Amino acid sequence: MSDQLKKKLKLKVSAINNGTVIDHIPSENLFKVISILGLQNMKNQITFGANFESEKLGSKAIIKLSDVFFEDDEINKISLIARNAKLNIIRDYEVVEKRVVEVPDKVIGIVKCFNPKCITNNEEITTQFTVISKNPLDLKCKYCEKITHEHQMVIK
Amino acid sequence: MKKRDLISITDYSKEDYLRILELAADFEKNPNQRLLEGKVVASLFFEPSTRTRLSFETAINRLGGRIIGFSDAGSSSVSKGETLHDTTKMVSNYVDLIVMRHPLEGSARYAAEVADVPVINAGDGANQHPTQTLLDMYSILKTQGTLDNINIFMVGDLKYGRTVHSLLMAMTEFENPIFNFIAPEELAMPEEYKLFLKEKGIRYFEHTEINDNINHADIIYMTRVQKERFMDPIEYEKVKNVYILRNHMLQNTKPNMRILHPLPRINEIHPDVDSNEKAYYFEQARNGVYTRQAIISHILNLK
Repeated sequence: MSDQLKKKLKLKVSAINNGTVIDHIPSENLFKVISILGLQNMKNQITFGANFESEKLGSKAIIKLSDVFFEDDEINKISLIARNAKLNIIRDYEVVEKRVVEVPDKVIGIVKCFNPKCITNNEEITTQFTVISKNPLDLKCKYCEKITHEHQMVIK
Repeated sequence: MKKRDLISITDYSKEDYLRILELAADFEKNPNQRLLEGKVVASLFFEPSTRTRLSFETAINRLGGRIIGFSDAGSSSVSKGETLHDTTKMVSNYVDLIVMRHPLEGSARYAAEVADVPVINAGDGANQHPTQTLLDMYSILKTQGTLDNINIFMVGDLKYGRTVHSLLMAMTEFENPIFNFIAPEELAMPEEYKLFLKEKGIRYFEHTEINDNINHADIIYMTRVQKERFMDPIEYEKVKNVYILRNHMLQNTKPNMRILHPLPRINEIHPDVDSNEKAYYFEQARNGVYTRQAIISHILNLK
């Protein structure tokens, strides 16, 4: 069987009619992506796959969502933990658009401030950060004004 | 109209600074102006800070305002477990202005979001204390006659000291400042501030001891080297006596030079300096009342 045919067959298994395929998610962050996008509360048909081989990531995860299309603001939230994620927009079984995620200028919720003395870690408050560097990520807390660096980032 | 808070010194522009300093000079000439007559101000001190609280409460009294509040969290509903959100929301229903001190960083910014009335940050943990910065600026203006071309020496804990960071940011709004940092390596001015100065093309120099270099200073801004900042107590023992300013060191300093300190001091300024006319820290504290009167007037548009 040719590689191309294999690929086609593989795709067919879980092909969707209309919707969005999110590809190249690091496997270990699949459940965080699900939680950030609130997929656990969605009624649409969703297929999750994890631990696929990936040249870039070693191991990747995929999410296929039927009849779901994201706004940029919404999907860019996952850029913090799935930097290389790619979106395939599907209509009538065809990929009609490919998109990459971009780190937004502001991050609301999602990330915990690293500073234990920050008010956001002591009371129920939605965190808010200004992105002051995208690579590596540096987030400045709106409240305590301290900078959370990428290696200190904890997803809420 | 959007309400005006004072949370971080960088929330304000140079125009705001100048307006507040002009008002402070006016209050110094005539401290009792009953501009707050009929108004109530909340003074919410979630941690004790006698100096700052008395300074604010004096300012409010001199303006003819009434004060409600508490001077430590133990005597407030916080001890029953009330959130900052709820305390702020409730108090904001009663008063025209909130002055707040809180041990957690970012608490003042959050309170300002929750409250319908203006909030003045009187210190939020190690983060910001903007009224201290404005009174420092007023003290520099008063003693030097200008805020331009000032050579400032900052001495002591430059790593954690919020007062030096805020003063640095504020002074860069003025013409041609020069900064000299004197600190042990462990407590050196953080890179981000040095980078900020570099980007703005502002000159700064770093030293590890107090010596003849202070003879160029217009202002020496002393801070405490705090023992609890050191991981290793031996390191503290090594540096604790390096940064003590003594009277004999001031012999060849400039006649216009003045020594500032946010107080309380421990041992970093020897008492023999107190009688030197260059010691300005007690007058600096008095300037705090005028400056806070000015800040309140600016925020509530009283003048």
